[in-house]
Amino acid sequence: MADLNRRNPISHLTDRRSKASISRVVRKVEFPLKAAETPEGETPLPSNTGGNYETDWARRYASRLTRRIALSTIGKGVISYYANPTIRGLDRLHDLDGPAIFAANHQSHADTLLMLTSMPPPWKHKAFVGAAADYFFGNRTTAAISALFIGAIPIERTSINRNTIEKAVDLLRGGWSMVIYPEGGRSPDGWGQEFRPGAAFLAKQAGVPVVPVHIRGTFDILRKGRNWPKRSNATVNFGRPLEFAEEDNNRRFTRKLQAAVESLADETATGNWFAARQRSHSEESPGIQGPDGAPWRRRWALSDKDDKRSDGERRWPYV
Amino acid sequence: MSARQGLVLEVDRTTPPIVFHHGEGFRFEKLPSGSRVVYPNEPIEPIEDVDGAIRHALDNPLGDSPPLAALLTAGMKLTIAFDDISLPLPQMQAPDIRGRIIEQVLDTAASAGVDDVHLIAALALHRRMTEGELRHALGDRVYDAFAPTGQLYNFDAEDPDALTHLGETDHGEEVVISKRAAESDLIIYVNINLVSMDGGHKSVATGLSGYSAIRHHHNVETMRRSKSFMDQEKSELHTKNWRQGRLIRNAGVKIFQIETTLNNNTFPAPWDFLQKREWEMSAKERMLLLGTKKFLDKVPRKSARSIFQGIRAPFGLTSIQAGEVEEVHKVTTANVYRQHLVRVEGQTDILSMGLPYLGPYNVNSIMNPILVACLGLGYFFNLYKGKPLVREGGVVIMSHPTPWEFHPVHHPSYIDFFEEVLADTTDPEKIEHKYEKRYAEDEWYRHLYRTSYAYHGVHPFYMWYWCSHALQHVGQVIIVGGDQRATKRMGFRSATTMRDALEMATDVVGRDPTLTHLHNPPVLMADVV
Repeated sequence: MADLNRRNPISHLTDRRSKASISRVVRKVEFPLKAAETPEGETPLPSNTGGNYETDWARRYASRLTRRIALSTIGKGVISYYANPTIRGLDRLHDLDGPAIFAANHQSHADTLLMLTSMPPPWKHKAFVGAAADYFFGNRTTAAISALFIGAIPIERTSINRNTIEKAVDLLRGGWSMVIYPEGGRSPDGWGQEFRPGAAFLAKQAGVPVVPVHIRGTFDILRKGRNWPKRSNATVNFGRPLEFAEEDNNRRFTRKLQAAVESLADETATGNWFAARQRSHSEESPGIQGPDGAPWRRRWALSDKDDKRSDGERRWPYV
Repeated sequence: MSARQGLVLEVDRTTPPIVFHHGEGFRFEKLPSGSRVVYPNEPIEPIEDVDGAIRHALDNPLGDSPPLAALLTAGMKLTIAFDDISLPLPQMQAPDIRGRIIEQVLDTAASAGVDDVHLIAALALHRRMTEGELRHALGDRVYDAFAPTGQLYNFDAEDPDALTHLGETDHGEEVVISKRAAESDLIIYVNINLVSMDGGHKSVATGLSGYSAIRHHHNVETMRRSKSFMDQEKSELHTKNWRQGRLIRNAGVKIFQIETTLNNNTFPAPWDFLQKREWEMSAKERMLLLGTKKFLDKVPRKSARSIFQGIRAPFGLTSIQAGEVEEVHKVTTANVYRQHLVRVEGQTDILSMGLPYLGPYNVNSIMNPILVACLGLGYFFNLYKGKPLVREGGVVIMSHPTPWEFHPVHHPSYIDFFEEVLADTTDPEKIEHKYEKRYAEDEWYRHLYRTSYAYHGVHPFYMWYWCSHALQHVGQVIIVGGDQRATKRMGFRSATTMRDALEMATDVVGRDPTLTHLHNPPVLMADVV
């Protein structure tokens, strides 16, 4: 009988499969240490990940305390190091009383940490985040981390899940504030995307105001497709809360919300609030979606908006 | 629970020592039985929806003025003037009401397509506001939008090219205002009416004016004939300002006046024990008061000053009205009285007052002896309606350390006034005739006023004139705890303790005088019947 433990002197150098690794060990674990797959032809039980992930535990006292400590120490430290944020417009929230939806443009994963550390109390201490169910709640580990540390609840991006909407509305009615990105996902190229009506729908259902927020600079910190952040300067500009008026519908309110964020973007970019308001009233705000055209032209146009940096020295090759 | 009215407490054996403000500190004074203590009204409920109230005022103006939106058109020349650092006291917690109003005004102007907008701090002969102070008053957004382009600035009453002479009233009072304002299609004035003297025609006629016009009412005669200058119906200062204001209106200058009133919620936590009645302080508040007093007694005055100057009042808006100046001011005054008036029966032989660390002219600065006198004998003494709280020939006892100390940047002419003028005479009339013109036209003071952060050369004179009604009315002024030399220089007497001061007062008012203490701030105005 062949000795199975005997190694071929050549194959252990060439055969990668024979190399021990954690993932290989994990893969080798079988039932009952690992859940069994549903046999073909059988209907799987409803998943408890994705939109069905239950997050109530993340709003209990111990979890809230953990989150608060983590955000005010590690979270604040990380965001100060990478984003050195400038926070504007907090005075516009002076009269805001009770829960609200904070609706921001979305450029980066850094946005959520930036929002949760930039929002003023009491809203920051009782906030939850609408996070993509398919991305953040895809498995139980990322779901638990998202729920615990950023207070996320799953929001379906591609389908309507009544449970997640009801959960968000219940929380808003129960005094929790929500951070949501009406664009539905991170910017692929640094420009904004058209707002979807989710924030408007929730505002109407829950009867809470929506605070438009513009975030600038996080695309450079951790843009889509990058795994490690780099340092840059970010600005968070809070706008005046918008109430869902009787004459509004979801579409009209969403347009109003997007216009408010665009006006804030204009204000942040130019530093001239009055000029930004003039352009907003005459519907000439530059917008956050950028020009139409090839990707390189959009990127080119975006470079005009970047903060110019210069070390004062010309470097070879001189051009 | 609605706010309680102020009260007049009759002191008896059970009355606790009364907390006296004493500059950057406090004193506890046991007053004789039978004395009275006048407590202010509690802060009245503020308006909850401030932005809504501002919008309502702009859309529903008083008098014959159209709504603001109808007054703003593309291509027009718009000037927005606002009250300077002397209001409110202390500075209010951000966001300041001026900034909130001006944002809405500018937003309306932006929607109308108005491009030519100037914002002017209407400081008359006060010191210029620093960038930080302007940012606090107007907010960063307004500051960043207008200051870099030179469209937001401090008024300069000594710039000959920036003033316009509009004429003279039928009483010969010159009327001079900012050229930019006079040539604008519309002036919008944003006011904070802390006391009943503020606002109305005074806003533009004085705030945007210069020495040549202001001297007609900032003088001894006017002050002595204003009984008091806080009571519009009996104020010569008010009458003269109104004459000038009406001339401005008749000259075709269009003004949209926005006036606000605040409640007297003056001290934020942990200082809020300062607006409690002594017997209503909790054990924690009493400990805090005692600890704070001990601490303030120990720390250097400079440190105590910076602690106090850092206080930002949690004032609440109690009314806002806009439109035609006189109609607006009637409503404003009624709202000021609603908060401040406390009915007091009869006058007193001795009036005592604890003077706090702050007056209108030492925000972020030092309260020098002249400002101490002005706060006590100018402002507090004049906070009456009807007749003065103290009888003619009575005694005023003020409590303040009154240090011989001046802010060299803010108050340069005060130093010379104190050293030169008061060393010669304390008689306001003699001072006015002998010295005023020289100080008012001094080139160095003029230079410092225009380019640094100095009050105008003539300003200490006005502070002294502010006291002239009181100086004429009372028989003696005693400062408890006051620096002896500084007190003597002003012609007053200093006492180490309240007991000593009362003993000294008996020389003037007899052995068995009545005493009334004004428990102010928070601000109160005595309605003496």
